[in-house]
Amino acid sequence: MSLEIKTNVIQPRRHTYDHIAKRLGADKPATRYQEGTWDLQPTTNFHYRPTWDPSREIYDKSLTAIEMEDWYSFNDPRQLYYGTYTMARHKMMEAEENHFKFIGKSNMFGLMDDEWQQKIKEFLLPMRHYEWGANMNNCDCSDKAYGTAISQVALFAAMDRLGMAQIISRVGLLLDDSTGKSLDQAKADWMENDLWQGARRMIEDSFVVKDWFELLVAQNLSMDGVVFPLFYQYFDEAGQQHGGAPMSMLNEFMQDWGKDEKRWLDHLLKVTAAESPENAALLSKWASVWTDRAIEAFTPIAKHVLGEGAADVMTSIRAEITKRAQKSGIEI
Amino acid sequence: MAEKRKKKLGIKQRYSMLTRGLGWDTTYQDMDKVFPYDNYEGIIIHDWEGWEDPFRLTMDAYWKFQSEKEKKLYAVIDSFAQNNGHLGITDARYVNALKLFLTGVSPLEYQAARGFTHVGRHFRGVGPRVACQMQAIDELRHVQTQIHSMSHYNKYFDGLHSAPHMHDRVWYLSVPKSFFDDARTAGPFEFLTSISFAFEYVLTNLLFVPFMSGAAFNGDMATVTFGFSAQSDEARHMTLGLEVIKFMLEQDERNIPIVQRWMDKWFWRGTRMLALVAMMMDYMLPKRVMSWREAWDIYFTEAGGALFADLARYGIKPPKYADIATKEAEHISHQAWHIFYNYTHAAAFHTWVPEKDELDWLSEKYPNTFDKYYRPRLEYLDKEEKAGRRFYNDTLPMLCQVCQIPMGFTDMDDPTTISFEVSEYKDDKYHTCSLGCKDIFDYEPAKYVQAWLPVHQIYQGNCGGAEIPDVLKWYNFNLGADNMEYNGSPDQKLWDEWQAHRKKA
Repeated sequence: MSLEIKTNVIQPRRHTYDHIAKRLGADKPATRYQEGTWDLQPTTNFHYRPTWDPSREIYDKSLTAIEMEDWYSFNDPRQLYYGTYTMARHKMMEAEENHFKFIGKSNMFGLMDDEWQQKIKEFLLPMRHYEWGANMNNCDCSDKAYGTAISQVALFAAMDRLGMAQIISRVGLLLDDSTGKSLDQAKADWMENDLWQGARRMIEDSFVVKDWFELLVAQNLSMDGVVFPLFYQYFDEAGQQHGGAPMSMLNEFMQDWGKDEKRWLDHLLKVTAAESPENAALLSKWASVWTDRAIEAFTPIAKHVLGEGAADVMTSIRAEITKRAQKSGIEI
Repeated sequence: MAEKRKKKLGIKQRYSMLTRGLGWDTTYQDMDKVFPYDNYEGIIIHDWEGWEDPFRLTMDAYWKFQSEKEKKLYAVIDSFAQNNGHLGITDARYVNALKLFLTGVSPLEYQAARGFTHVGRHFRGVGPRVACQMQAIDELRHVQTQIHSMSHYNKYFDGLHSAPHMHDRVWYLSVPKSFFDDARTAGPFEFLTSISFAFEYVLTNLLFVPFMSGAAFNGDMATVTFGFSAQSDEARHMTLGLEVIKFMLEQDERNIPIVQRWMDKWFWRGTRMLALVAMMMDYMLPKRVMSWREAWDIYFTEAGGALFADLARYGIKPPKYADIATKEAEHISHQAWHIFYNYTHAAAFHTWVPEKDELDWLSEKYPNTFDKYYRPRLEYLDKEEKAGRRFYNDTLPMLCQVCQIPMGFTDMDDPTTISFEVSEYKDDKYHTCSLGCKDIFDYEPAKYVQAWLPVHQIYQGNCGGAEIPDVLKWYNFNLGADNMEYNGSPDQKLWDEWQAHRKKA
């Protein structure tokens, strides 16, 4: 049985905006993702060149060597626009907040070995600066990207990175009884400790990469491809024998986020590589160079936490990135 | 284990630890290479730590507040569509204000999102960067929610179907577009002065608020709900605008003349763009909120006056030509509407002569000017239309090189003489509509000669063809539906049918 409420039906004169209908191939109802994404970015008749870089237009396809017939060939498989984005992140954060509350209330961090608590300070807390660097890089990609579809996924990622930098900082405040001393030490490590200099040098070098698509590959495929499994999976597992369960709970956000990033990133790489052999070659070159660097940069900290097992872990992380890239049509 | 005393951090301290401490001075790459754009404008910053965070939102709180607002907003948008909310507006003429908004203002929200993303990457201080990034994503929210709110109107009314395409091409939309292109091509500090301060702080009550109040007065629940939902975002954006000004002024006194010049420039550019809002308020709202003159008095003369009195301690003066802008408040809406009445065959919204009670309202609100200069002209046009001779102007107007408004505004002391100024640059003459626009041109002529002036472009053959209909097709207008007089338009016919049907029911 179904109920039918009679309503006053008025025939619509059209079902969606013209530029949306054109992309759909017909005037039919469109999704909110489509209406809120497609063709939003201005494409022509710009009035002035940037005084800060007169060599380019305000929106300029030549800011990357990647060429696309249509920069809306990529669509976010998560269908995130602002509304669905904030709702999805709030949901993840709500769970994370409960973990923080639970751990804080029962002082669960005290259950972890002192040694492991110290280790977390050493390997996790400096990562707040890595996340901030990733925020800058995604912000840069969003700034320079052509078309709303890619620009908005990068902006969402940038905000997420700020969020994760803040989650990591809160772990520090749990460990140092809210004095902030652990965060100061983490910054000193990031700036001076040999364990971190490879990573910091790599991030700083990425800040001056000109091609935004190269930067996107460097940050999100290569660096994150190493960081998310290494820090939130392998290090997490290593912590289990030291009573690291509470930290595992807090790692959940990052673990989920890493999976979520793969969804849009792998699809973007696939669409881009499929466009032309030239694109695929560029992506392969960038992915190879930056994956090598990322493996090398994080090896010292991997050894510091995992000891002799580090070499095998780095090999399998590398293999995983290579496999993912291959699925997207990229050879590393 | 001994009882541990949990320290509770204050909001400011917590925010600072979670945010400000994240940045570092790069050493493997030169800071000037990492942040190449934040010092060429001449603004001197001695200490980025001197930045006071205008709002201390961490991402967890941001996601929470914003997602709750989004949930409520989309519930209203859904119910508006489900219940044919468009039937509840005061009159179909009102939708023309939405057409102006969706084609003229919503694309600016997108431009703002990208502009704040740019400066959100390029300031070397963490504080301003985070504030700018949050505004960037807020602005993305605004453009998307506006598109989603108006999606329903697009299904039932003309002129709303191609906003991005039109914004890049249509002659009057080059007024808002060039405004934002101007800001986006400026350095990061000027961008914040133009958008965060002039636009968001000084003029928002004259731009965003009139559209949203207009929606409230005219039964447009979808748009007004968006307006309420965006209000707390706008409040954050305003505090950012004031903070950036104070930050620049407090850092070094050599910043003062630069900031003053930007205020003068963006105030004038802003008031020029507001001519579109002025005519919307006085002419396009079937149920009027207040007159443009009244809005100007309250929001600029009074509120702006208090603001500039407050800034006087830094050595900042009220914007140059504010006196002329105040005089213009008596005239500008009438002159702008007249320009669009002339050229409504080339516009994606309808114009009309106001009905008698509306003319009486204008007479009452503009006792010094309306009866003397503007009412007789409107009554004449009305007579002509009723006699089957609706007037359309087939000659393309000359545009101001800076604000790009057709040069139809008059000398304010002599409303029968067209005002214009001339500048020379590299042996060419350039025309501007006012002293304000001339000053802007003369300071950066190399920038403003680049302007993509729609009329010039049409004459050069870059806009679809030699005849007006060719150009309008290039604009993607549905001829005879999107453009022309309101009376007799498909919008009007359908509206009348819907209303008749409702009465019967």
